[in-house]
Amino acid sequence: MSLTMPKPEEAILANRARLIERLRQILPHDNVIDEERELRAYECDALTMYRQLPLVVALPETVPQVSEIMALAKEMNVKVVPRGAGTSLSGGSLPLGDGILLAMGKFNKVLEVDYANRCARVQPGVANLAISKAVEHKGFYYAPDPSSQIACSIGGNVGENAGGVHCLKYGLTTNNILGLEVVLFGGEVVQLGGKHLDSEAYDLMGLMTGSEGLLAVITEVTVRILQKPQTARGLLLGFPTVDNGADCVAAIIAQGIIPGGLEMMDKMAIIAADDFQACGYPRDCESLVICELDGTASEVDHLIDVVSEIARGQGATYIKASDSEEERLQFWAGRKNAFPAVGAIGPDYLCMDGTIPRGQLSRVLKGMQEMSAKHGLRVANVFHAGDGNLHPLILYDANKPGDIEKAEAFGADILKLCVEVGGVLTGEHGVGVEKRDLMHTMFSEVDLETQQRVKCAFDPEHRLNPGKVFPTLNRCAELGMMHVHGGRLPFPDIPRF
Amino acid sequence: METLLPKDEKDLQEVFAAALANEEPVDVVGQGSKSALGRPMIAQRRIDSQAMTGVSLFEPAELVLTAGAGTPLREIVNLLDQQGQQLAFEPIDYGPLLGREPQSGTIGGLAATNASGPRRIKAGAARDHLLGFKAVSGRGDVFKSGGRVMKNVTGYDLSKLMTGSYGTLAVLTEVTFKVLPKAETEETLLFTGLEDAAAVAVMTEASGLPHELSSLAHLPAASAAALPDGLPMGASLTALRLEGPAVSVAKRKDDVIAHFKAAAGEPEALQGLASERFWAALRDVVPLARQDAQVWRLSTAPTEGAAVVEAIRAAEVPVTGWFYDWAGGLVWLAVETAPHAHAAAIRAAVETVGGHATLIRADDDVRGVTPVFHPQPAALAALTARIKNSFDPAHILNRGRMRDDF
Repeated sequence: MSLTMPKPEEAILANRARLIERLRQILPHDNVIDEERELRAYECDALTMYRQLPLVVALPETVPQVSEIMALAKEMNVKVVPRGAGTSLSGGSLPLGDGILLAMGKFNKVLEVDYANRCARVQPGVANLAISKAVEHKGFYYAPDPSSQIACSIGGNVGENAGGVHCLKYGLTTNNILGLEVVLFGGEVVQLGGKHLDSEAYDLMGLMTGSEGLLAVITEVTVRILQKPQTARGLLLGFPTVDNGADCVAAIIAQGIIPGGLEMMDKMAIIAADDFQACGYPRDCESLVICELDGTASEVDHLIDVVSEIARGQGATYIKASDSEEERLQFWAGRKNAFPAVGAIGPDYLCMDGTIPRGQLSRVLKGMQEMSAKHGLRVANVFHAGDGNLHPLILYDANKPGDIEKAEAFGADILKLCVEVGGVLTGEHGVGVEKRDLMHTMFSEVDLETQQRVKCAFDPEHRLNPGKVFPTLNRCAELGMMHVHGGRLPFPDIPRF
Repeated sequence: METLLPKDEKDLQEVFAAALANEEPVDVVGQGSKSALGRPMIAQRRIDSQAMTGVSLFEPAELVLTAGAGTPLREIVNLLDQQGQQLAFEPIDYGPLLGREPQSGTIGGLAATNASGPRRIKAGAARDHLLGFKAVSGRGDVFKSGGRVMKNVTGYDLSKLMTGSYGTLAVLTEVTFKVLPKAETEETLLFTGLEDAAAVAVMTEASGLPHELSSLAHLPAASAAALPDGLPMGASLTALRLEGPAVSVAKRKDDVIAHFKAAAGEPEALQGLASERFWAALRDVVPLARQDAQVWRLSTAPTEGAAVVEAIRAAEVPVTGWFYDWAGGLVWLAVETAPHAHAAAIRAAVETVGGHATLIRADDDVRGVTPVFHPQPAALAALTARIKNSFDPAHILNRGRMRDDF
């Protein structure tokens, strides 16, 4: 692997025994994991190509314990890597050899459901889907639904600003949370937001969301819960070309319709998904659009007709509307299982996550076909078409020497193309370690320094999850220096502009 | 005071270089429509953003618009309107409340104040729609964050920091917003004669139904009486807004009416333009604007709004008017003018249940001595100051606007 992480600090490694002893004064004995056999379980997240044994794993159960661990880390100058369910696809919770891995899995309780205020207070280790399960008997749900929702934790969702197939209409994590409790490096506990809307000063809750565990440790999340739409129906729309599918997506939105979900898959993904679990996808189409419409029954029926008509106008060769809840879920089953489905033909895959202006789709897909030939690896595409978030799945064989490097190079080429056409490196999976070294393709040095100064306001010694997101670790003292160029405005010829 | 009209980031850098060298703060305005918000500022020079104008990108099918920060909001609203689109967060027009020209202000000012409106509970605020920006920080650094796409977690979400920072971190030069289609139709149901507590109960129940109400508000009789001509007035009004395709609005309207028939009686309906005018009046705080009073904006959990007003009145604060938006979670409160604006009692009542209180309208001398923004606990206040310093260590930008220490 070509990834370079910060060099483990000898001073920390030399103090390991003392650190473990101190951690065991804070936590029950079994909540501190220090034996290699058990540490192995934590050596990677869902980006399995990068692995590293943590220095030690700490499993806190209470907020005071987290606070004490963060104070201890500061006192002993030890690094800390927060981890939720370990489903990050960008290596956000890749351990450090000289860092405590702070695993939040024991924070697994729904603390309060407040239906009257349409919110729930939950601990960060609660799985995304478990929130919806906890409130569904009253007709409510939590809207962001990443494909990993059965396993991924809400704390991790906040860390990565997770999305999902319904976020075109219902927003991302950042639009669906009301409050956070976080512990700063050093142990201070801070409340951001609550059950009310908007912040009294800088929107630090918004800043925390998507900060990839670099700013603070999340110990509680207040999420908004919504009433489920009365009716939801799915539409499968098959097209003879990828361009037809992309044009159809644009035409739906141009007509003023924001569907609950609007997804697209290319031929390789369609066939892989349908092979993995028969879901009735049209196997002879070059692109498939899955459109979900929700609202009142009459509204949904009306929109199904409107969207079907748009699709026909865009050359759809296959149109099928769901007639039951089972059928709607079946439409989604293929899409939601697309990653494992592609994995089954892999044998391994690398999932990219660029977002592009939707109008550039055809150009980007063509570019990918050329890259596929160049790198000698296959690529399947699933696409949150409504919001331009692309998930190319690069197929490789980890057992074949050189394949990992080829996949990494292919992935980097794809992301560079995304940025070139006006898009971004990552839509919902995060930068982590995976895209860290590509940050310069999107940001200037000044842009990155500005972001790092924000990091310094939280964590001036770079102890919290260092080596992620930023390609270089600049010292905060140097970042803080002012270089005043120019100086005096020549007076008195003001106004000058 | 001198006014400078920078036309791009480079001009701004020059202004900041001078400000840094001379340690002289500058204040930043667009059209000045919101300059009476926040604490009075201490500045020798004014940066006027109105030379940084123009829509550089508008792609209706991709739901995205990019404009210079000084672009008049009115221009953007008109442009969107031609395509049947809108800024869905329904930004407040402070004109009526602050005694400025109505429908003024710039897109940058709207971002800097995190503007929103009655649809906030469903569609979010400016914070939820700002996709990216370009700016010059108080260090004189030209930087960007975000992009033009809706889904983006590449680097920290600095757009969130900029919205609601009142120009204290950086001067925005260009902003990119997510835009959305307007609803095909809208209709508002008005229930009359409910007391505050009963109205909150109706709003709480209504927002727990699957009818996708986009706004819920309650005006006590006195506030309802101050609505503009042509809108129903007299008794208290509890308003529920339905938006969407006509076929859907009609169905949901029937369902809502049937659901509340026993508890709240038969509502009156406002259609189309009348409905739009009603919510615009609430958005712009018209019911309290004409009063000779100080005005507060309280944000709390929806079920607590009425209790907070009750507690404030019980503490003998001379309240002269109020109404609720956001299903009860937003309280606009008018109080008799006082040098301290009754801040202690109002904030104590809000803190009991959680939330914040912002002093929106009061004279300069009052806003100079009474914290305009809700004071933060020590750890959070210190963190906020460190963030301020990371962007503007010499405190040259809008000094004093948010806090007396920066």
